[in-house]
Amino acid sequence: MDVSARDLDVLAALGDGLPLCRHPYAELGAGIGMDEGEIIDRLTRLRQAGVIRRFGIIVRHHELGYRANAMVVWDVPDDQVAEIGQRLGRCPEVTLCYRRPRRLPDWPYNLFTMIHGKDRPAVEAAIALMAGREGVGHLPHQPLFSLRRFKQCGARYGQPRQAAE
Amino acid sequence: MMDDTDRAIINALQGGFPISETPFAEAGLALGLSEDELISRIAALRQSGVLSRFGPLYNADRFGGHNTLVAMAVPVDRFDQVAAQVNAFAEVAHNYQRDHHFNMWFVVAADSRARVEQVLTEVQAMTGLPVHDMPKLTEFHIGLKFEA
Repeated sequence: MDVSARDLDVLAALGDGLPLCRHPYAELGAGIGMDEGEIIDRLTRLRQAGVIRRFGIIVRHHELGYRANAMVVWDVPDDQVAEIGQRLGRCPEVTLCYRRPRRLPDWPYNLFTMIHGKDRPAVEAAIALMAGREGVGHLPHQPLFSLRRFKQCGARYGQPRQAAE
Repeated sequence: MMDDTDRAIINALQGGFPISETPFAEAGLALGLSEDELISRIAALRQSGVLSRFGPLYNADRFGGHNTLVAMAVPVDRFDQVAAQVNAFAEVAHNYQRDHHFNMWFVVAADSRARVEQVLTEVQAMTGLPVHDMPKLTEFHIGLKFEA
């Protein structure tokens, strides 16, 4: 779909989140001179079109008790990466799965899977379990555990201050 | 401290929040909570930092937005200084230190590819360190829902 300037106004107004009140869409519209009906129509369309991927609570996983996360990177032969990516992407352990370009010679890995857990041993166990079950343990792979998180905010789009992942 | 009701709210509302005139009343119905109680609990969760936001998670690709994952190998004694330089960009959405030679990993998201590239160029100039950007080629999964 085409995202219009009016749509971007709505997305920009949502940059700090939905107002927490009984009629949040009316309140959102009041700030930008749009009535509630128009806001509801536009947001409904943006969600149906997939511009809005999810709408609701966005958690900080660390505060929720998921204290460890590893970005597990895999060097998968190019002719197998689509199939293996789909398979790993469906695993319950995996929260995100992307194919990305290698940056040779420094970086040979082309498949990225994110695995969260309560602590580091739990994440290590999940990786081992998954690698064995999916038959991918022989592929070169490495877990990059997070040591510190500096910033976690949603990306922002639209203007004046824009909100994506 | 979160109780069972808070956990039920988090598990039910990480997506699919109603877009209607009285969304909290509707969502509360399924959870057995009044409109006002649901509003005040979400406000408290947001206040406590468990929620980073209550609202939309966008698919940047769908409206010309562009994002990429960037890796840098930062000397340990300069790490905090470089992190501060990188994080100062509003376009930097996440930044993690990880246990690898490439020890800094961040996401750059902006309205256009040109702006993303400009940020990468500026980071490189500012820090004197090479940046390796790895935009996604294929997305196999995006769940990122957490059980509370």
